[in-house]
Amino acid sequence: MEIPFDFMTLKVIWWGLLGVLLMGFALTDGYDLGVASLLPFVAKKDEERRLVINSIGPMWEGHQVWLILGGGAIFAAWPLVYAVSFSGFYIAMFVVLAALILRPVGFKYRSKIEGAKWRSGWDWALFIGGFIPALIFGVAVGNALLGVPFQLDDTMRMTYEGGLVMGLLNLLTPFALLAGLVSVTMLVTHGAAWLSLKIEKGVVRDRATKIGAWAALATLVLYALAGIYLAFGVEGYRITNEVDPNMLPNPLRKEAEMATGAWLANYGRYPWMILAPLAGLGGAVLAFMGHRKQSPLAMVGSSLSIAGIVLSVGASMFPFILPSSIDPQSSLTVWDSSSSHFTLFFMLVMAVIFVPIILAYTAWVYKVLWGRLTTAEATGADGEHAY
Amino acid sequence: MPDLLVADLSRWQFALTAMYHFLFVPLTLGLSMMLVVMEGAYVMTGKEVWKKITKFWATLFGINFVLGVATGITMEFQFGTNWAYYSHYVGDIFGAPLAIEGLMAFFLEATFVGLMFFGWGKLSRPAHWMVTCMVALGSNLSALWILIANGWMQHPVGSEFNPETMRMEVTNFMEVLFNPVAQAKFVHTVSAGYVTASAFVLAVSCWYLLRGRHLGLAKRSIMVASAFGVLSAASVIVLGDESGYVAGESQKFKLAAIEAMWETEPAPASFTAVGWPDREAKETHFAIQIPYVLGLIATRSLDEEVQGLDDLVDEAKARIGNGIAAYDALQRIRANPEDAAAQEAFNATREDLGHAFLLTRYVDDPRQATPEQIDAAAEDLVPNVAMTFWGFRFMVGIGFLFLAIFGAGFYFMNLRRNVPRWFMHVAVWAAPLPWLAAELGWIVAEVGRQPWIIDGVLPTHLGVSSLSASQVITTMVGFTLIYGVLLIIEMRLMLRAIRLGPGGGPVVPLGGGGVSDALGISEPAAPNNNVFDK
Ligand code: HDD
Ligand code: HEM
Ligand code: HEM
Repeated sequence: MEIPFDFMTLKVIWWGLLGVLLMGFALTDGYDLGVASLLPFVAKKDEERRLVINSIGPMWEGHQVWLILGGGAIFAAWPLVYAVSFSGFYIAMFVVLAALILRPVGFKYRSKIEGAKWRSGWDWALFIGGFIPALIFGVAVGNALLGVPFQLDDTMRMTYEGGLVMGLLNLLTPFALLAGLVSVTMLVTHGAAWLSLKIEKGVVRDRATKIGAWAALATLVLYALAGIYLAFGVEGYRITNEVDPNMLPNPLRKEAEMATGAWLANYGRYPWMILAPLAGLGGAVLAFMGHRKQSPLAMVGSSLSIAGIVLSVGASMFPFILPSSIDPQSSLTVWDSSSSHFTLFFMLVMAVIFVPIILAYTAWVYKVLWGRLTTAEATGADGEHAY
Repeated sequence: MPDLLVADLSRWQFALTAMYHFLFVPLTLGLSMMLVVMEGAYVMTGKEVWKKITKFWATLFGINFVLGVATGITMEFQFGTNWAYYSHYVGDIFGAPLAIEGLMAFFLEATFVGLMFFGWGKLSRPAHWMVTCMVALGSNLSALWILIANGWMQHPVGSEFNPETMRMEVTNFMEVLFNPVAQAKFVHTVSAGYVTASAFVLAVSCWYLLRGRHLGLAKRSIMVASAFGVLSAASVIVLGDESGYVAGESQKFKLAAIEAMWETEPAPASFTAVGWPDREAKETHFAIQIPYVLGLIATRSLDEEVQGLDDLVDEAKARIGNGIAAYDALQRIRANPEDAAAQEAFNATREDLGHAFLLTRYVDDPRQATPEQIDAAAEDLVPNVAMTFWGFRFMVGIGFLFLAIFGAGFYFMNLRRNVPRWFMHVAVWAAPLPWLAAELGWIVAEVGRQPWIIDGVLPTHLGVSSLSASQVITTMVGFTLIYGVLLIIEMRLMLRAIRLGPGGGPVVPLGGGGVSDALGISEPAAPNNNVFDK
């Protein structure tokens, strides 16, 4: 069969779709993670907690599929990225999985039994299930920018530096921790924006918007700091030989090196890319203003800032996806770590068919559930099912 | 060459997490379909009792469902964390069904499942029923796609090795999607889920009858469960036979191991009903054989041979020799991609490349292998005969047992309108067996595939990530602890919800001993005499 796009175009499209997936996850499940991280701070009494939990109760499961689809789609479109990143971050991945396992159970089981101990136990589980992934995803992005200590041999087998303990501790560099904090504050801002939209007026909403305003401010400052750090304190990567973007994916066919400021090179080459970090900063400002006034503007702002921050990481690194700090030649880039020409095309067809369908029924479900949540609904006082 | 200890640990971890995931999957598959039937009855008749029934089983569905989701997340990432080389080697093909599963199945079901619980007051009756249908459709589609992925591991069609990228790449997706092994696996596995759910509903309902509670709910549920169960048990048997037939065509070692066929017999082969397979002596002691039956099952004919393990091992030696030639040609191609002679040699032998990799257990470079090492590698192709032999027999036994149980239930409930007490006890005690059968089925399928992770293409020990043993042990201990605690909590909540019955009720501790007491489950203060029990 004739494939209507050349290989290079498909690689770039799938690089874009990687961004779409990340944003889909951060914009939807992101507010669930943010809300869960806020849970102990905005809600003290049981009925307050139920209000907060039920504000995301019916939808979080669908949102989480963005993460699962992310796993599947990276596997299908970028098999080497899937293989190297998840095995390279082995213990960190386990911590994320353990935290995420607690989430579905926390939502469903918490309300099944009355009892202060039982419920506060699950509240902590939900908090961990929100906060830990938010932090570690950010740390992982920070490490992707720094480069991961892996190496490919001639058979494409990947090996890493650092074992059980160092494998985890090596991830926790100052820059990566900074990136982790940006991720937490950005998702907390977003979670607070959701609470501000979704729950009835009252003390919980007031607390949420107050924390949200501070979190927006913190996002602004930390993200700007991370940008400055990236410009002056972090070595980027660049390809040093001629590579054919249509090549069969084989990372060892390129040469690459580290260079200070290399992560800013794209902004010089394509000045419009500067829009991404500007959106990140501007969105945080909007979110701050929105939270101060308890207006829906906060949601617009936090969404914009998430999109900007995710895009700015992609823009800085292109064409790198996962650079190697011990052997830059092994780095994975858009040109040399995708799956085959045909698979990329086939999966694109699948995405073009199913993503609009998914968006359509998700929108319908949102419509059915539209409206502010009251404490009476959230505690099941009107006889309906609630968490 | 990766560490064999790490490979074994990773296998243990995969088996542990997959089998745990599969404790929850069958009930999700089956109960979602039964909810469609029950709520369908509500939509058609408009009787409140059916709504009550649907809501009650939906509560149990929900408790089970979330653990399916929680443990599925681990599965989705585990290929990358523990099987990194595998992920690189086959991601081009294997990744696709996994991604499509997300697009087509997980989104559907996860988006609607919230509405299924929260939407009762917000949707019209038919609209809510549609939502329930979407949940059932989503979970069944999810089984379809994951089994297409797993079917490809068992029988890798539509793909070819690419020397430049050092991996398998797709040549024909239609072959992957319509892989006969995947189709047979899908229908058999889904029916197994229906059997599991029917057995569960039947058991809980019979327990209510024994206690004289919720009679209306229990009787109606038994009607649905026994009818649904008879059909599912029949299809699990017929389609399980189909699974055996396609396995016989594509995975000869597995079939021979299931049957403990040490030597090729003249056609038509007899079926060993029971016996004691002895790996060392290469024979089955105390065998009771039924003439002709195996030949019929495996080949659907009276004159085709079923090959025994000894023959298969001999054939494999030749394939390993061929594989060494392929490996040699591959090395030459990688040194010089323009080498036409090497290309030609590779094309002639590429089908057997995987067999050369079997030698990497013994030597780093397969070209240096001694004849003894080739013999050893060929012997390795014999999977664990005792596990597959016994696993299969217990599974089949349980399949026939449930056909009988559901048949009897259908007869008593729908025709005689009176269920004897002994039957109620049988139904309650048999409830865990479908789970056992399902787990054993996976053990037959997966252990029977060893030593391959992709049959004939990549040996399991090469698929692993370059981790340290301490890393894998850490996560394995971690998963065991988390999963262990969650399983206990889940069972407690499940039994508690069953005790509370439809509509719940005030709760006081129970004090009469027994399992439920040991688990600390409480019971409603007074028998729940709501109108539906009349
Ligand atoms: C309630 C569960 C249950 C029951 C009663 C049965 N099975 Fe089964 N069986 C499964 C649940 C299962 C399973 C969990 O769904 C498996 C594991 C792998 C797979 O694809 O399906 C399976 C696998 C499996 C395989 C291996 C397929 C492979 O290697 O890929 C065979 C040959 C059979 N079954 C045959 C049967 C027969 C002939 C049965 C009854 C007479 C039977 N099974 C009852
Ligand atoms: C959910 C039900 C499943 C169960 C209960 C199950 C069971 C098992 C068992 C018992 C093993 C260990 C075999 C051995 O090494 O002795 C195993 C290994 C494995 N299975 Fe499955 N399996 C299931 C589903 C799947 C599916 C759907 C896939 C692929 C899509 C899969 C892929 C694997 C892999 C990669 C391994 C590790 C390598 C190996 O030892 O073969 N399994 N599984
Ligand atoms: C070993 C490979 C497997 C992987 C990677 C996997 C992955 C997953 C994931 C990620 C979920 C959660 C989905 C969600 O959030 O909604 C899940 C749940 C589920 N899986 Fe698995 N699974 C595997 C094996 C199986 C098998 C063998 C079956 C069926 C035959 C199956 C059927 C289901 C079902 C019915 C659910 C219920 C929940 C849902 O679909 O959301 N899975 N699985």
